[in-house]
Amino acid sequence: MIRIEPRAATSKTFSIGVPVLSALIALGFAAIPLMAAGANPITAYGEMFKGVFGSVFSITEMLTRATPLIFTGLAAALAFRAKLWNIGGEGQLYLGAMAAVAIGSGVLDISGVLLIPIIILLGAAAGAAGMAAPTYLKIRFGADEVVTTLLLNFIILIFVQMMLEGPLQDPMGLGWPQSAPVLDQGMLPPLMDRMRVHSGLILAVVLAVIAQFMLARSVWGFKLRAVGENAAAARHAGINVKRSLYGVAIISGGLAGLAGVSEVAGLKGYLTADLSPGFGYTGIVVAMLAGLSPIGVVIAALFIASVFVGADGMSRAMGVSSFLADLVVSVSLLCVLVGGFIAKYRIVRSEKAGSAT
Amino acid sequence: MTPKTVLTLTGLSKRFGPVIANDDVSLTLHKGEVLALLGENGAGKTTLMNMLFGHYLPDAGRVEVADAQGILEPLPLGHPQAALAAGIGMVHQHFALAENINALDNITLGSEPLLALRRNRAAARARIEGIIARSGLKAPLDVPVGQLSVGERQRVEILKALYRDARILVLDEPTAVLTPQEADTLFSNIRAMVADGLSVIFISHKLREVLAFSDRIAVLRHGKKVGEMATTEADEAKIARMMVGADTPKVARDQIAAGAPVLSLTNVAVKGRSERESLEHVSLTVNAREIVGIAGISGNGQSGLARVIAGLTTPDAGTVAVDGAAIENPTPARMVEAGVGRIPEDRHHEGIVGAMSVAENMVIERLDDPDIQSMGLLRREAISENAARLATAYDVRGPGVGAPARLLSGGNIQKLILARVFERSPRLILANQPTRGLDMGAAAAVGQRLLEARARGAGIVLISEDLDEILGLADRIFVIRDGQLTQAPTTEREQIGLMMAGVAA
Repeated sequence: MIRIEPRAATSKTFSIGVPVLSALIALGFAAIPLMAAGANPITAYGEMFKGVFGSVFSITEMLTRATPLIFTGLAAALAFRAKLWNIGGEGQLYLGAMAAVAIGSGVLDISGVLLIPIIILLGAAAGAAGMAAPTYLKIRFGADEVVTTLLLNFIILIFVQMMLEGPLQDPMGLGWPQSAPVLDQGMLPPLMDRMRVHSGLILAVVLAVIAQFMLARSVWGFKLRAVGENAAAARHAGINVKRSLYGVAIISGGLAGLAGVSEVAGLKGYLTADLSPGFGYTGIVVAMLAGLSPIGVVIAALFIASVFVGADGMSRAMGVSSFLADLVVSVSLLCVLVGGFIAKYRIVRSEKAGSAT
Repeated sequence: MTPKTVLTLTGLSKRFGPVIANDDVSLTLHKGEVLALLGENGAGKTTLMNMLFGHYLPDAGRVEVADAQGILEPLPLGHPQAALAAGIGMVHQHFALAENINALDNITLGSEPLLALRRNRAAARARIEGIIARSGLKAPLDVPVGQLSVGERQRVEILKALYRDARILVLDEPTAVLTPQEADTLFSNIRAMVADGLSVIFISHKLREVLAFSDRIAVLRHGKKVGEMATTEADEAKIARMMVGADTPKVARDQIAAGAPVLSLTNVAVKGRSERESLEHVSLTVNAREIVGIAGISGNGQSGLARVIAGLTTPDAGTVAVDGAAIENPTPARMVEAGVGRIPEDRHHEGIVGAMSVAENMVIERLDDPDIQSMGLLRREAISENAARLATAYDVRGPGVGAPARLLSGGNIQKLILARVFERSPRLILANQPTRGLDMGAAAAVGQRLLEARARGAGIVLISEDLDEILGLADRIFVIRDGQLTQAPTTEREQIGLMMAGVAA
């Protein structure tokens, strides 16, 4: 007979061990379809590794891919710490991107020293507004933010498409549904010559470090944790729960907006409706893999970016579909969720519950 | 004639991780007897009964139950269905009734065949009415259980057990939710059932009722059976000594003249989401150096009153003043600011953030204090020094101030909250069920702290369902009933009990 008992305390080993083990188990599981596709898993994973770490170029590609995931991962992690379920990272990303091209593509033709901060702030503000609205609906009317933020993603995406065929359409774009490019001086400076990796990465990592510090050391982080862990006790203790929720909503939405800014003003240069291949959603996976720790988000984003970039390399070398990457990511998420359960509860095997004679 | 044995528990042991809940406990129950199982909270009474009923699987030991012929048969452990089939019925502290259906359906629920084409309700009703006639357990059968009083619901629970042919009935703290009068009715019902051949195990920590009503007493302490005696040979002091292992700590209380008002509620009305939270134009003044006890059966507006004083509810009408200054739009933070210390009713849910450290929980009400933070950053050294000091001063024991607060025992969580509240030398203290679920030692410590705060000059509102606690501590007593406060003219238990029940005195 198997019983489940809660553990007294969750050990540090678990909080680090579970995600790492989950990643390895996920790669193990993914070997099954690889073999079914006729590939030797060891060679395939070798190619995958080469696809990420084989050259300076591939490493920078991985970092480029990780950059938006750090932003959206932080957005999810901070909101989830307060039990504010922001599923709308994808929409907030597009709001940030829209704000970036709206202000950065010629309205303000000023020096980059001014223009870049303005683009960043406005993009963050747009994303923040995109999360503040559902949070207001939650607090005022009890509307479930999982539903509202999720559905807003689709509304915002359609709005983006409308804008790209209307006011934001590039007049020189030959009728393509894309925005005018961000001015050269408004672009986030690249980190290396002839590589795509850009200074958005630095911004993302710095924000992760700040978030980690603020969460553990600041009164703001104290209140956020208290609200997330036990809102009733936080309220009883005199913490303004609504204010904490609005605060984290603005920061979470702002971070997701920065993912959009960073993609537009760091990488693509202009906005199209297929700017993000689901970075907002993948950010949720990143946050869960990271155990909602901001520094963990950086590591998880690097892992997931490696899997995606590596799978592309493997796909080219071995002719196996790169959808394998999605499989690895989803299985590792499942493993982390199971692992999180095992970290909180232990499974006890006892003698069968027969008659005690 | 030697009494017939209907149940034996032999050497039952159960541990939960490092905690030994029961250690080699053996008990015998005779036909037609009331066995009281006494012990402090956490002594292992409920665990023992849960093993008997199959909710927990014992680590060691066995259970034998007499079958219909009176022959003892081993009971398969870990199977509630087997316990039910063997004729064991259990009435838990927290009732397991479906509130939206009537008593009749609640009673028959689960004992009907799943695939029956039609329900033979007439036969069921006739049987239940027969049981009611024999036992005197009167309850309306056709009203949704949600509309019944607590006492009626309890009777429905017992009827449910009897309907399933229980020959052994286990009552887990049945009087915790009843008025003294309702409790007396319950006891006479049980007497009738026992005369009818039923055997009863009665779990309690109230000495008074156990002495008045049981045939035999078994005392548990720290999971072990420490004594067993016929009730006729027992007296209050003797059992209390057995339960706590030493003489019961008595809270010494001396007379002090009350001072100026520290809390004035004037015509406060709250339209709560439920009756539990509603208040009907309540006026209450609490002076410095006095303890005002609020007695009442749970769900008569205590939580509404507590929420107003704690700042969690803004009254719909009336004014709240602390130390003479009216509090506009009260919030928890404003009440704390005004000098109100709050000991919440549900200490796990409202008192602490279990996932955060003991040290953090100790400062959670004073995050604006420059001792705790500077420029929005926590002063972590000051926070842990504060925690170490408070843990020593208030005897908060556990795995350390850096550990999550949920790892503390209930008594230590309460000490943590007391430390947090008393450390600020509050002018007014709201103590809502401050000793509920605590063992005698911890409860006495809480009472002592309240008296110290009173001597220091604080006014205290003590809301409690434990009348003995109120009689022991309070300078003035009010009874709360249907959201209204009435001053109790005397300190007579009997009369307060009648007022609690809403019977005109």
